[in-house]
Amino acid sequence: MSIRSALRAATAVCLITTCGAFADTITIATVNNGDMIRMQGLTDDFTAKTGHEVEWVTLEENVLRQRVTTDISTSGGAFDIMTIGMYETPIWAANGWLVSLDDLPAEYDVDDILPAMRGGLSHDGTLYAAPFYGESSMVMYRTDLMEAAGLEMPEAPTWEFIAEAARAMTDKDNEIYGICLRGKAGWGENAAFITATANSFGARWFDENWTPQFDTQPWADTLNFYIDLLNDAGPPGASTNGFNENLSLFQQGKCGMWIDATVAASFVTNPNDSTVADKVGFALAPDTGLGKRGNWLWAWALAIPAGTQNEAAAKEFIQWATSKEYIELVAEKEGWANVPPGARVSLYENPNYQEVPFAEMTLKSIQSADPLNPTVDPVPYVGVQFVAIPEFAGFATEVGQEFSAALAGQQTAEEALAKAQAITLDAMEAAGY
Amino acid sequence: MARSVTSRRKALNTLVAWTIGLLIFFPILWTILTSFKTEAQAISDPPVFLFFDWTLENYAVVQERSNYMRFLWNSVIIAGGSTILGIIIAIPAAWSMAFVPSRRTKDILLWMLSTKMLPAVGVLYPIYLIFIQFGLLDNRFGLVVVLMLINLPIIVWMLYTYFKEIPGEILEAARMDGASLKEEILYVLTPMAIPGIASTILLNFILAWNEAFWTLNLTAVNAAPLTAFIASYSSPEGLFFAKLSAASTMAIAPILILGWFSQKQLVRGLTFGAVK
Repeated sequence: MSIRSALRAATAVCLITTCGAFADTITIATVNNGDMIRMQGLTDDFTAKTGHEVEWVTLEENVLRQRVTTDISTSGGAFDIMTIGMYETPIWAANGWLVSLDDLPAEYDVDDILPAMRGGLSHDGTLYAAPFYGESSMVMYRTDLMEAAGLEMPEAPTWEFIAEAARAMTDKDNEIYGICLRGKAGWGENAAFITATANSFGARWFDENWTPQFDTQPWADTLNFYIDLLNDAGPPGASTNGFNENLSLFQQGKCGMWIDATVAASFVTNPNDSTVADKVGFALAPDTGLGKRGNWLWAWALAIPAGTQNEAAAKEFIQWATSKEYIELVAEKEGWANVPPGARVSLYENPNYQEVPFAEMTLKSIQSADPLNPTVDPVPYVGVQFVAIPEFAGFATEVGQEFSAALAGQQTAEEALAKAQAITLDAMEAAGY
Repeated sequence: MARSVTSRRKALNTLVAWTIGLLIFFPILWTILTSFKTEAQAISDPPVFLFFDWTLENYAVVQERSNYMRFLWNSVIIAGGSTILGIIIAIPAAWSMAFVPSRRTKDILLWMLSTKMLPAVGVLYPIYLIFIQFGLLDNRFGLVVVLMLINLPIIVWMLYTYFKEIPGEILEAARMDGASLKEEILYVLTPMAIPGIASTILLNFILAWNEAFWTLNLTAVNAAPLTAFIASYSSPEGLFFAKLSAASTMAIAPILILGWFSQKQLVRGLTFGAVK
């Protein structure tokens, strides 16, 4: 063998082994929903571009939350990327559990991320999770029923109008209910909806000294309004209805209005699943004229746990999955209505996407939510429909149970609020606030 | 006259038994039926029972999205391994408690059972940290050990109840004939207790197959069994009931078939000693 061919062979071996060393297998924990499943189906594109393989662990949202929280708080290292939300990101970042995403390359165009999303996924001005898709909440309503009631939905309705329209649209004999809202207990279920609504009534969870505020008039107004509205114009058993139950009712034509996640717009307008697909209109979440609307803000985002062995490959994946190119890839394969919404400004500037019926209202809803200033009066916390402190999920679920019991008629709104005040006060004292 | 009353009562008993049986089985039947519906049919109101366009689409989607065989294989290894390991430890333990009891035997039995009263989540963090320390996260052997420990009190209790029914004199006779302890347990006690051991094995296999706390919390990719397979099709934001039902049907099918073929042993084992 000549020296030249020996060198060639050595170079080839070197290249192969080097390539091997750079091709990693990353494990990603994620939730089960349409956008995430679509991403899993397109993983081959990522592997073709980078050589990295991907293993998926898909779990139901609450199972996932428990699973990844256990793993990251013990430095378990089971995952290289975790799908987390706006609630976890600032808390985990403050604990030093997440890898900063501030060094993403210029072509990623981090400034293209919607400001509300970027703010909610940052800690001390540093981005710790990249939004895969974002959502707010808005009013979805039946245009035919609204017309039959002789009313016209404004783009930015008040709660007063919503209540009037809901009562006018209700026809209980024919199982048509003017309004469907979340009633099922849980911090991400009824507590999320009622907290966002309370923001628009001028209520807040805590004052600036972290004192619970359930004993104030705005909270009494919020809860009484919510319970009266659902009792008069809501479906039976509303206290056990969550997103899926209301989606099912709306798709079967039994709800006049439904105020919930913007992501539901693509479901209710899909003619394969919805019987009312061509009769749905959209409006901003209502307000009471105090300057805050009753809509929330949420993002499912991809974050890298500190200490992962595959940080570089994980970053490459996040760049791929949350890039403009990925959105175009989905549009090409599945159509513009199926691209992950609510993450990038450029998506809403795209003329193709502007033709999607719910695109504009989704953007306006997201833009009208401000996680850093969520309430009329100042608060010491971040988060619109939650309070970004570790204790919140626990006591908010208990508070949600009290609200749900009040809606079911087991206690009055005043009793529920008194218990909510006591629960929150105890929890905050125990946490040392 | 007496005969007609008896046969009428028999018919009534049969009717009541069938009604209760069908009521208990109905959720499983509904899951199986839903797995053949479209997502829209799955949530339709009023619900459709049998007259809908049957489709295999959900099964196709589930097959395409998930590696079912990997989950199934993990379930078989974890449930089978933990049951076998549990039986190997429980037979000598139950033997000593049944035939050479001490003053504290009853207390020990109760203490063993008391470990089942602790909510699993209460020890999640200690177990998780131990698993990290020993490199057992997402490892089938780790799960075999944990599930064996969880089910051990039940295995010991079941075998103890069974062994108590066997006359100690037979074992004494074997000893007098020169049988060693090992021979006594292996060749005299075990063959006599085969029906009890079989039903214990079956019940524990089913318990381990259905265990959905540790199997979800201690696995990721490599050791994830069918419980994780089901969890990947559940969603609080989006209607996936038909696909979830298809995944559930695929996950319970093996254990349902096993239960069907071994129902006699199961019932005999579970009702043993119930009427005394």
